[in-house]
Order: sequence, then structure tokens, then C-alpha cells
Amino acid sequence: MIDNTQLEQLVARVLAELKESGANVPAKSANGYSTLPAKEGDLVIDLPDPTEESMRRRIMVENPADAEGLRNLCAATTARLGVGRAGPRPKTAQALLFKADHGVTQDAIYGVVSEEVKDDLNLFTVTTRVADRGEYLLRPDLGRLLSDEAKKTIAEKCTKGPDVQICVGDGLSAAAIDNNLREIYPVLEQGLKSAGLTVGTPFFIENARVGIMNDVNTIIGARVLVILIGERPGLGIADAMSAYLGYDPQPGKTDADRDLLCMITTHGGTNPLEAGAYVVELIKRMIKHSASGVKLREAMGEDQ
Amino acid sequence: MLLRTKLFGTTYEFGSVKELLAKANEEKSGDQQAGIAAESNAERVAARLVLAEVPLSVLRENPVVPYDEDEVTRAIDDAVNETVYEEIKGWKVGDFREWILSNDTTSAMIRRVSNALTGEMVAGVTKLMSNLDLILAGRKIRVETHCSNTMGRPGTLGSRNQPNHPTDSVEGIRATVLEGLSYGSGDSVIGINPADDSVGSVSRLLEMTKKIIDDWEIPTQNCVLAHVTTQVEAMKRGAPVGLLFQSLAGSQKAMDSFGISVGLMDDAYEQAKKYAWPTGPNYMYFETGQGAELSADGHNGADQLCLEARCYGLAKRYYPYQVNTVVGFIGPEYLYDSRQIARAGLEDHFMGKLTGIQMGCDVCYTNHAVADQNDNENLSVLLASAGCSFIMGVPMGDDAMLSYQTTSYHDAPSLRQALGLHPLPEFEEWMTEIGLWKNGQLTDKAGDASFFLKR
Repeated sequence: MIDNTQLEQLVARVLAELKESGANVPAKSANGYSTLPAKEGDLVIDLPDPTEESMRRRIMVENPADAEGLRNLCAATTARLGVGRAGPRPKTAQALLFKADHGVTQDAIYGVVSEEVKDDLNLFTVTTRVADRGEYLLRPDLGRLLSDEAKKTIAEKCTKGPDVQICVGDGLSAAAIDNNLREIYPVLEQGLKSAGLTVGTPFFIENARVGIMNDVNTIIGARVLVILIGERPGLGIADAMSAYLGYDPQPGKTDADRDLLCMITTHGGTNPLEAGAYVVELIKRMIKHSASGVKLREAMGEDQ
Repeated sequence: MLLRTKLFGTTYEFGSVKELLAKANEEKSGDQQAGIAAESNAERVAARLVLAEVPLSVLRENPVVPYDEDEVTRAIDDAVNETVYEEIKGWKVGDFREWILSNDTTSAMIRRVSNALTGEMVAGVTKLMSNLDLILAGRKIRVETHCSNTMGRPGTLGSRNQPNHPTDSVEGIRATVLEGLSYGSGDSVIGINPADDSVGSVSRLLEMTKKIIDDWEIPTQNCVLAHVTTQVEAMKRGAPVGLLFQSLAGSQKAMDSFGISVGLMDDAYEQAKKYAWPTGPNYMYFETGQGAELSADGHNGADQLCLEARCYGLAKRYYPYQVNTVVGFIGPEYLYDSRQIARAGLEDHFMGKLTGIQMGCDVCYTNHAVADQNDNENLSVLLASAGCSFIMGVPMGDDAMLSYQTTSYHDAPSLRQALGLHPLPEFEEWMTEIGLWKNGQLTDKAGDASFFLKR
């Protein structure tokens, strides 16, 4: 829908506007490990990160028949090839890497979004009808409905009828919100404002599913509603966020009525700064055509 | 009809056979989500007490979806062998359990009775069985099938080589097939789940895998698990199909949501017999999984075990080479944790064998289920002990396309070594001949994909 050059220009423009407005554009942190000098004879274990790409892609087969050929085979796919074995079992490093990759998915699913992140962006918190994380996993239907108290709070605190309402939900990954929200949110807000669109009062929804959009907009009445929500963690990528967008979502609307940008993460997905700019562009189109999802694609098709 | 018992002084009454079956089911989050599960452990046992007294004829006469409304019900009921049915229709479900477990009852005797069973009877007796019952009974029932090689002999465990790639890169998939073969994975099938369901892409993958099979003279078959209509089209245009695949469901409504019907599958089966390249006579491969019908809004108020058993009844119509239950793929809304997943895996394996089909299991879980790789390894040992015909093989158990975890290329050789099991016979001979397998173990050359670069 949008090509790379356009996207780069968009990101550059939004970032420039952000700096002008004095917003704090986050810089990427450098990864590294310390090399403290140690006394002679002391045990020193000071490991590089096994999840770094170069470490992940190490070939661990002992005495391969064709070392160069094996390297080429392993380079042909993201699947975990060339891992070697101890008897019939995986080697220790590979077994532990797998455990690490699964471990972060569990930390993300059962994690809680940091209060600091919410406070920084002035998000208040409401809940769905889900009682706890166990029920959240068992009852997707309850995660699509606001609690009575949430409805009351939203009605009291939020501006009604804005052009755009932004919500944030934990979904299946707290890490997705913790790691990406500070970067994507200012880009979104600034981009929408400079497009002349009014933005509603943002808030955070705990134990949310995507379908909560419908319930929220019956109270807010925004033209476009965006929810930034944690995705189900994949092995080794636990902090991917999705942005779901809908034009006037109301009860009964489904995924066919929505647009989606998924895999928003700095770990092998769409960078959150770029994602923010893309989402702004998508919202502008929805407002122009008064449509989203399948209907938006139809409307845009008619334009061409 | 009165279905009632007292238990600890409380009276429990059940309104219908369907309700009784649902409430007698082991605890499953999917049945709870559907609002049909027992409300207490006591009620669950009460339902089983009543179920144990129900004659098999009542289960045939009260299918969970009526005969007139559902073609899956009709396909299964019409296939019942009436002579055998006359002999067993008076058996009560509790007695049926004991007959299966009796040391006087042989595999051949059970296979004969299989011909008179419906899904409701198979699921019914399963609900009265403990996990060890399921292991012992599953192990007893032998089903042998043949395509390019022979599956189901006692003491064998097959492995599907599942070399998926996120964008169907032919080179990426080829590399992964070779890695798997070097661990002895692929005797069940070299079977790819495609990202792209087009005839062109599916045909390319079929050609590539067939070439590996030809170059190395491997006694196995290939398959690309696209929609059956795509594979049939590819086959008619000359693509080499070893096994013809489709996912099945246990109700007409759910089948409909999969884009298939009994008539369409009948036709596909005829096409497979006409065009598939291996020896046969078994050319079909099916996948199933508890909860699929509820997920497709086609459960008709029935529990997920009954619906799963009906899938097997339908599968049997096509004499499949193999069927597997993708047990933990569906997520925690249907099977919440490793306890429910393990139970379902053992149930499905037993039900498949009791139905008379070749049964394997994709021992797996998603990241939002309460389960981890240790749980997965536990279930693979239980299933291998139960005589499960095959499991999956995926690089480190991490599927690069489907975002779930299953068994690793390492796991089949580990289970074979730990439990004294063998690869499928023709494949074991091949592995031994090329030098990857000796004395029931991998050799020093195994586990190295570049072994296969010399030809």
C-alpha cells in the first residue's frame, strides 16, 4: 500500500516535526557486555549474548562432510539447522538457547505492563470483564468486553467524538507494550495532529483482545479507533506489537472491517517509529474514504 | 429415556445422550467454553456411571448431530457392518471397556468390531478410560498400511519430516529436508505446510521433494499440505503427489468451513488412486485436532472428543496411509495446559486405532498454552509407549512458519534409542545401507545435512 521511499520520507518528516516540537525522541540503546579485569586464578564467566544473530547462526555440527556446503544450506532458511547433537539429543548451547527463547515468551505473556510506561504517556487504566490472566487465556469472549466500571470511567474521562481515538492493550505480550509504546506513541500523536486531526483521550486496557475496539467506540464515537496491542509471542520474538485500526468500530464488526500492521518490534520486524508513520498514513486514508478493512480496499480500488 | 444416578446421596440426571457424553468427558477448556462440560468433578463421575450402563445401540441411535442433518453422521452410520453390529449392539459401554482391555481380546478381534463402531461409541468408551488404559489398549491394536513403505508394524516409530519455511523458499525447504533425513526423519512422509496455496508453488515443492526421493532412492513419499483441491489440480497437471492431504472435521458445518464435503473428498480419493505416484494402496493423509469444530462454530453443542472420534470414522472411508492429531496447536481456549494436551493426545491415538486407522500425533503446543518442551517430551514418550505410529520432526521443534513448537528432528531417534523402537522397516534398511544408522542408533555421520550434498 505504501512503498519504501514514501515511507522513509514520511518517517523523516514526522521525526523532524517531533524534534521541532521539543519531543524527546528516543535513541536506540547499544548492546554489549562488560569485560572487567579479573584477578589471576579467579573464576571469570563473562558471556556474550547467545541470542545475537551471529551467535544464533553458529554451526555446531562436528566434522561435517562438507563444511562450506553445510554453511550454504544453513544460510538458506531461518529454521534451526546445523545445530549438531550429543548422542541423539541437542547440544547444550542449542538446548539452552531454545529454553531462553521460550522463557521470554512466558515472561511476556504473564508479565504486567510497566506503570512507568503508562504514566509517561498519561494513560489511565481500565479492565475488561476478565478476572485474571488464566481467565484471559480461557475466555477470549470476555476480553472483548469492557467491565461496567471501565465503561463508566471512559465515559467520564474521555473526550467524545474525536477524529481518532488511540487505545493501548496488553494482549498476549506485556513486553510488546513496554518495549515499543514510548517510541510509536509520540510519532502517532504528532503525525495525527500535524495532519489536522483531533486525537481523543488515550487510555490502557488490561486483559484486552482486539475485539474490544467495538465496545470502546460505542462510548467514544471516534471516526477512527486504533488499538496498539501485544501479539502472541513467537519463539525468540516476544515483544512484537500490532496496531489494529477500524473506521467507526461498532458491535458486530470483525477483522474484515479492520486494518492491521503486525510485527512492530526492533527485533526483526517493523521499527516502531516507521510503524507510527505508516499508521498515520493509513488513518488519513480511512478518514478520506470513510471506510476501513475490505471496504477501504474496495474504495481505494475505485479511486485508481 | 431416563439417564439418572445417585452419587454420595445427590441425584444427577442428564437430559439427553449428547449431554451425558459431554458431561462424562475429561475436563477440557473447549467444552467449558462451549458451556457443555460437567459443572463439578462429582457430576463428571456421575455421568460416567450412567454412561457405563448405556448400550452401544443407544449411542448409534443418538448421534451428536442427527442423521438427517449431517453428512458426516451419514457417512459413518452407512458404513457400519450390520452383521458385527448385531453381535455388539447390546454391549454396555462399561463392559466394552473391559472387553478391549481383556487379555483374551486380541488386536484382530478388536479390528473386526471396529467395523461396527460409530464415533459416539469410540468416544464413549474412551471417556471411561484412564491414561494407562489408553496406552495399553492403544498399543494392543495393530493397523498396518502401505504407500511406498510400510507403517504400523509392532516396534516401529515413524517421523514426518516437516521442513516448513515462512515463504516457501525451495532452497530453504530443501536444506531442511536434508537436515531431517540426516537424523532419520522422513519415513512417514516428507510433508510441507505451504505458506502459498497456489498450484504453481505447491507443484514446485512436490517436484523438489520427489527429486530428493529419486536421487537417494528413499523408501518414502512426499506431500504438500495445501487445500485438497489445490493438490488435485497440481496432480492433474503432472506434479508428483505421494500422499494426498486434507484436514478433516467431525461435522458437516465444520467441514463446510474447511471448504470440503464428503462428496468432494470422495472425488479427491478417486483422483489420488488415479494419479499418485507411489505403490499404495493407501494414498491419503489426514490431520485433525480436538476443538476444531467449536473453533469453526460447527460443534452443534457436542463435546470435542465425540467430534474428534467422528473425524476418524470419516477418515476410515478413504483408507488413509496415516492420520495425525495436531493436538496442542489449537490453543488454551480448547486444551488449556499440558495435562489436557497429554490426555487429548492419548485419547486421540487410542480412538484412531480403535476406529481402525493409522494414527500418529503432532505432539505440540503454542506459547500461550501452559506447557513447555519438557511437557512435549513427556507426551512423546507416553505416545511412543502406546504404539503411536509416527510423530513430527522439525528443526529443534521450532516450526519456522507455523509459530508453534513440536517434536525435534532429535526426538524420533531419541525415542527409538530409549525405547528400543525402529524406523519404518524399508527406511531403516535404507538408513543402514547409506551409513546413518547402526545397531539401533545414529552413526557418527548422522545429524549433518551436508552428508547429502555428495549426490
